[in-house]
Amino acid sequence: MTKVKSLADLRALREKLSSSLEVREKGEHPEQLVQVRVAMGTCGIAAGAKEVMEHMMQKAHELKIDAVFTQEPCMGYCNLEPTIEICMPGKETVVFGKVDNHRADEILQRYVLQGEMVDGIIPAKQQ
Amino acid sequence: MTNYNTHILICGGTGCKSSNSEQIVENFKSLLAQHNMQDEVQVIKTGCFGFCEQGPIVKVMPDNTFYTQVKPEDVQRIVEEHIIKGRKVTELLYTNPETQKHVSDSKHMEFYKKQVRIALRNCGFIDPENIEESIARGGYEALGKCLTEMTPEEVIAVMKASGLRGRGGAGFPTGLKWELCAKNKADQKYVICNADEGDPGAFMDRSILEGDPNSIVEAMAICGYAIGATKGLVYIRAEYPLAIDRLKIAINQAREYGMLGEDIMGTGFNFDIELRYGAGAFVCGEETALIHSMEGKRGEPTLKPPFPAVSGYMGKPSNVNNVETFANVPVIITKGAEWFSSIGTEKSKGTKVFALAGQINNVGLIEVPMGITLREIIYEIGGGIKGGRQFKAVQTGGPSGGCLTTRHLDTPIDYDSLVAAGSMMGSGGMVVMDETSCMPAIAKFYLEFTCEESCGKCTPCRIGNKRLCEILDKITRGEGTMDDLQQLRNLASVIKDTALCGLGQTSPNPVLSTLDNFWDEYVEHVKDKKCRAGVCKKLLSYVIDPEKCIGCGKCAKGCPTDSITRTDYIAPGHKLASMVINSEKCIKCGACLSGCKFGAISVQ
Repeated sequence: MTKVKSLADLRALREKLSSSLEVREKGEHPEQLVQVRVAMGTCGIAAGAKEVMEHMMQKAHELKIDAVFTQEPCMGYCNLEPTIEICMPGKETVVFGKVDNHRADEILQRYVLQGEMVDGIIPAKQQ
Repeated sequence: MTNYNTHILICGGTGCKSSNSEQIVENFKSLLAQHNMQDEVQVIKTGCFGFCEQGPIVKVMPDNTFYTQVKPEDVQRIVEEHIIKGRKVTELLYTNPETQKHVSDSKHMEFYKKQVRIALRNCGFIDPENIEESIARGGYEALGKCLTEMTPEEVIAVMKASGLRGRGGAGFPTGLKWELCAKNKADQKYVICNADEGDPGAFMDRSILEGDPNSIVEAMAICGYAIGATKGLVYIRAEYPLAIDRLKIAINQAREYGMLGEDIMGTGFNFDIELRYGAGAFVCGEETALIHSMEGKRGEPTLKPPFPAVSGYMGKPSNVNNVETFANVPVIITKGAEWFSSIGTEKSKGTKVFALAGQINNVGLIEVPMGITLREIIYEIGGGIKGGRQFKAVQTGGPSGGCLTTRHLDTPIDYDSLVAAGSMMGSGGMVVMDETSCMPAIAKFYLEFTCEESCGKCTPCRIGNKRLCEILDKITRGEGTMDDLQQLRNLASVIKDTALCGLGQTSPNPVLSTLDNFWDEYVEHVKDKKCRAGVCKKLLSYVIDPEKCIGCGKCAKGCPTDSITRTDYIAPGHKLASMVINSEKCIKCGACLSGCKFGAISVQ
């Protein structure tokens, strides 16, 4: 470890290290962030929910979306797995079914960033 | 970006550690490895979460799930259900005692709702053995800011404006203390951290050192810069091995990263810290005694002045602050004096950490804004009195403090209101008592403690406290007279006025405050020879009600002194003759009372 030589050095080091606590810090105030809840029941895992979640986390990071990802139990749409629920501050919670990597990108880019509606929303009536 | 999507925080404080939390850490690590998830889930051993009543505590982030009383064998369920499948293990969640509902995150627990965590900001959040986590939380930035952007005078001005007062007990303004020391010119000055936490039941300093040692290292360096000292010393009791370990790790890492040592952050400022161990003597929390103990002399106080700011360690100007005081310093520098002074009351700014103990549902460590009422602490954060019994008193300030009663429940708590109520802030011990506590016996307990801990240097403390203790003993044995009560008050006032140091001057407080607030109870002990709480054994007698006794004889079997025998009276409706207790032989152990299923035995 090279020594910290100045306040600017320290701030740069903090910047570099900040991601190490991100998961914890986000967990303290999830209601202010984009909350992505991935259904991680057996059916979800079998349909690839784990991989989609990993992909989405990476993508959200690239797009600089302040999002917190949590795993939830099966939401009951076993035929529509992987299922994800997105809750944004001041907006109604929306559930998407059959989310693969490609659709995940679309959701992040179009729904989360631009506020457009995206296909594959499970209507509230069905919920 | 790290790949961890989940963090598991496990309390590694002394309390949870002794309930096997290290095994829990190990189990998590090995199970996650078995499931090949070691790169997705990070396991972190943190400092104390504060909710010691419910320990060991495991917190899962980012879904903020707070598991309580976790055993090493529960780890498998948490991993397989929660970590893999997202299903929370409800049996391990905290249950709200009123609604009987599970509460999954700490934000919605009464225990945490009213807390404001400044000194404890990182406890239970970061790995105390990793300086990088501290830096990621903004650690050492306050030091950097002071060294590069502020003059020592400016640092002191901020501390003064913040209104921070010493958290060790007396409440002396910290900024003023620094200024006094800064004014004295000398070739060497010292920054001393008082980590000799001696109040029975208080453990906030230990928790801070165990949970966030870097904040203390940083604050001491800031103080060094402000007063012109290059050496820091931490006086810590050897009874705190875990705190010592973590502090040593923090100091070593700080040196590696260039936060301690020579030319800190390229500013030319030098500062380093060494540890000094105490043997755990209460009097060594007093700053002059502490300094003598560090010099290798007897831990005895000396008269002030000269104050340590003029002539302290090795005769050099020294500034002594308590751990909790230091823990507040970096935040004040970063967030500003105005922010800090917006919290609290007019004369007591910021927050205070209290160690909540005694007959209360939620035992633990809490940090609350100054000005909060006792009622809020006891009934909201503390969850009320155990077993639904009646609140009687709360003892604050340890052996130097006094008892507050129902009258004080709505008094805003700060340094001055506590003194006005006949108690003191002290280091923040808060022992809650219900109707099963006997106040003269409580006063006696604290006096026994001060008698044992008195260094013996001055007569009022050495002999006076001993006499106080003897009178209290006499009263609790039922042999006291009204003269004794008068004598108790006179002697206590004399000791208060004449003792040499803070220990002696405050040691009669438990007596005086219980005399003031619970005079009736003292009189009962003296005149009626009764102890309403049923604590003073000499004043109790166990009696069997012959009408309720069915004559099963269970009490006699359990009696260690064979003092229960059968009478020849058979109550109407019963088949066997009732039992009777011979009060001459009875040692009042209470075995018969707890054994009787028919409620026939009572204490009078």
